[in-house]
Amino acid sequence: MSSAADAEPAVPAEDYLHAERGPWSWLTTHDHKRIGVMFLASLLLMFLLGGGYALALRMELLTPGETVMGRLAYNRAFTLHGVIMVWLFLIPSIPSSFGNFLLPLMVGARDVAFPRLNLASFYLYVLGAVMTLWAILQGGVDTGWTFYTPFSTATGTDVLPVLLGVFVVGFSTIFTGLNFIATVHTMRAPGMGWMRLPLFVWAIYGTAIIQVLATPVLGMVLVLVALERVAGVGFFDPARGGDPLLYQHLFWFYSHPAVYIMILPGMGVISEMVPAFSRKNPFSYRVLVWSTAGIAFVGFLTWGHHMFVSGQSTFGSGAFSILSMLVAIFTALKIFTWLSTMYRGSIWVNAPFTYVLGFIFLLFFGGMSGVAVAVTSTDIHWHDTYFVVAHFHFIMVGASLMAFLGALHYWFPKMFGRRYPESLGVGAAVLIIFGFIATFLPQFLLGNMGMPRRYADYPEHFQPLHVASTAGASLLGFGFVIVAVYLGWSLRHGAVAGRDPWGSRGYEWLSDSPPPEFNFHEPPTFPDRPHDYAEREDRPEVGHAL
Amino acid sequence: MPSDSTQRPVVTQALHFGAEAARQDAAHMGMWVFLASEVMLFTGLFTAYALYRLAYPEVFLHGREHMEVTLGTVNTYVLITSSVFVALGIAFIRRGREWGAGMWFAGAVLLGLTFLTIKGVEYAHHIRDGALPGAHYDFDGFAVPGANLYFTLYWVMTGVHAVHVAVGVSVLSVLVFRTFGGAFGVAYHTPLELGGMYWHLVDLIWLFLWPLLYLV
Repeated sequence: MSSAADAEPAVPAEDYLHAERGPWSWLTTHDHKRIGVMFLASLLLMFLLGGGYALALRMELLTPGETVMGRLAYNRAFTLHGVIMVWLFLIPSIPSSFGNFLLPLMVGARDVAFPRLNLASFYLYVLGAVMTLWAILQGGVDTGWTFYTPFSTATGTDVLPVLLGVFVVGFSTIFTGLNFIATVHTMRAPGMGWMRLPLFVWAIYGTAIIQVLATPVLGMVLVLVALERVAGVGFFDPARGGDPLLYQHLFWFYSHPAVYIMILPGMGVISEMVPAFSRKNPFSYRVLVWSTAGIAFVGFLTWGHHMFVSGQSTFGSGAFSILSMLVAIFTALKIFTWLSTMYRGSIWVNAPFTYVLGFIFLLFFGGMSGVAVAVTSTDIHWHDTYFVVAHFHFIMVGASLMAFLGALHYWFPKMFGRRYPESLGVGAAVLIIFGFIATFLPQFLLGNMGMPRRYADYPEHFQPLHVASTAGASLLGFGFVIVAVYLGWSLRHGAVAGRDPWGSRGYEWLSDSPPPEFNFHEPPTFPDRPHDYAEREDRPEVGHAL
Repeated sequence: MPSDSTQRPVVTQALHFGAEAARQDAAHMGMWVFLASEVMLFTGLFTAYALYRLAYPEVFLHGREHMEVTLGTVNTYVLITSSVFVALGIAFIRRGREWGAGMWFAGAVLLGLTFLTIKGVEYAHHIRDGALPGAHYDFDGFAVPGANLYFTLYWVMTGVHAVHVAVGVSVLSVLVFRTFGGAFGVAYHTPLELGGMYWHLVDLIWLFLWPLLYLV
């Protein structure tokens, strides 16, 4: 047991988990921490469902020909895998759960700016998820998660509830983002200027701007597709004078920035953990802040790289190609800053830090392949092949999921006041990282050989790589099971964490673990700069506690 | 070391630890952000308008000839006047004149309903002519390729706007009742200000729709 735990008061104050009791107190709560935990639980449920579909897809692709499901079933399975993972897991994952839980703690507020809106946002998410899942019971949808017209307006499957479900989830996203922006602007603790915000808050703030400005465009385009199905309005139907490309422009205007909704919070998580486990101040706080702003801004100008083969002008493709590469510059700034922070640091390799390493590797690899597909000539070769599948899984899943799991481990003691078994945590992290690489590395090769995405069948010479990929997916799934088991066990039986088990200098650790109902017993002041590890020798409880 | 000069002068303490001023500050900020997202909602439609106007310039030149410019213009004045009423209502409540504020807001509600009624009359005329969107388009007076898209845009843009007017009318109605119920005064009238901001946005969007669909 660490000395930090011994410093706990003999009679602990009522924390947010026990301040009120009973399911009703949770369902009607306005406490951002409880809402964050409810989001976390729902998101994990969705992740389980989406992951189940992923494993089913990998089973089908184990052998050429029909393995476990027919082609229509396969189309429905990959659609629902994408819809659930993108709309119901990845986009809300870190902002809605950890953002909700931590942002007010990190800026020293008692709650978010609009606590009731926050709860409404949760119920909108639940409503959207239920509508989407209802479509599964209706037999499923076969459009892919992008709902491309004219197929999505013509297919016989029941697209409408999914469109409306995603529309409603979009509102949840907008309200969450709005809440975060207002909170950061108006509720910072005395003395906390913009350049003293924790890096995670910066990341969530940048994400919130994308959420608020891009999601309404998606909402409108979903309404238009719904109208097209119901009333045949013809916006995207060439037979009526419309243009399917308009759909793609509007869709990707949202959905490319949506990738940054998934990855920016992850970068924020990593920016918190790298200084904490290197015991060093960030190499450059300002570079991390401004590169966040840069990615949020440039993210709006890159959507056309999804449309290189759609027949848009050569000039347009060239411009989008160059703009897309700008993202790599900002990302590289971050990666170099993290590495420079680690350089000559006193590095503590534990489960969260293992995910940090996984994150940086996968982000680097996925990002470099992203530059490759941003080049118009190479993209024509790789377009709609497994190369693209592997690329976006490295970024959207690899990187943002690593950050999500890292966050889950890093803030688990904060949220629940308990620790998890560290050695199991590191083991599972290593298993997950290697499982992930084993799953998606072969897909780069498959794509380069010409295996198209979204196909249930393939020629026999692709089989070895598909087998490797499916084997990797099994490892990955096994890793998640281990994590679920020990985290579930730790909720009740883990060692008591104490206020700051990592010896972190993040502001959120200044409150109790788990925090009291209104975060702080008295209005907080934060005397140190965020991530200030320069004075760590002054704090004897800080060290490699385990 | 950076100085603390960036500390906000108005709000010295975090919300819930601090004063009502902080709460109002947050509420206004939130509303501005929400209005920004509303503008982005309409941006998709304006983009579609620009695209199809480029694709079918003739259609858009002649399409407006089939609009009832008088009704559209009257509606513009109705909506602008209602916005003035809302602004007057805010001015009244800031001086503590609750009854006057309630009356101005009630006037704005009536004008909002007038707008919807006139819009309904226009829609009825379009339905009579068969100028319905997309597959249902059956208007003999204007049967050129792309004509249905003009009317589809018209229906969707004004329709989405009308939904916003209806929401605004509901919000303002609630505010009227609460104002007469004594919920607001000099010290606290944030909901009136926020409702007013929303109503001004609804007005502003119409000021873009009106020239695009009826005039140019």
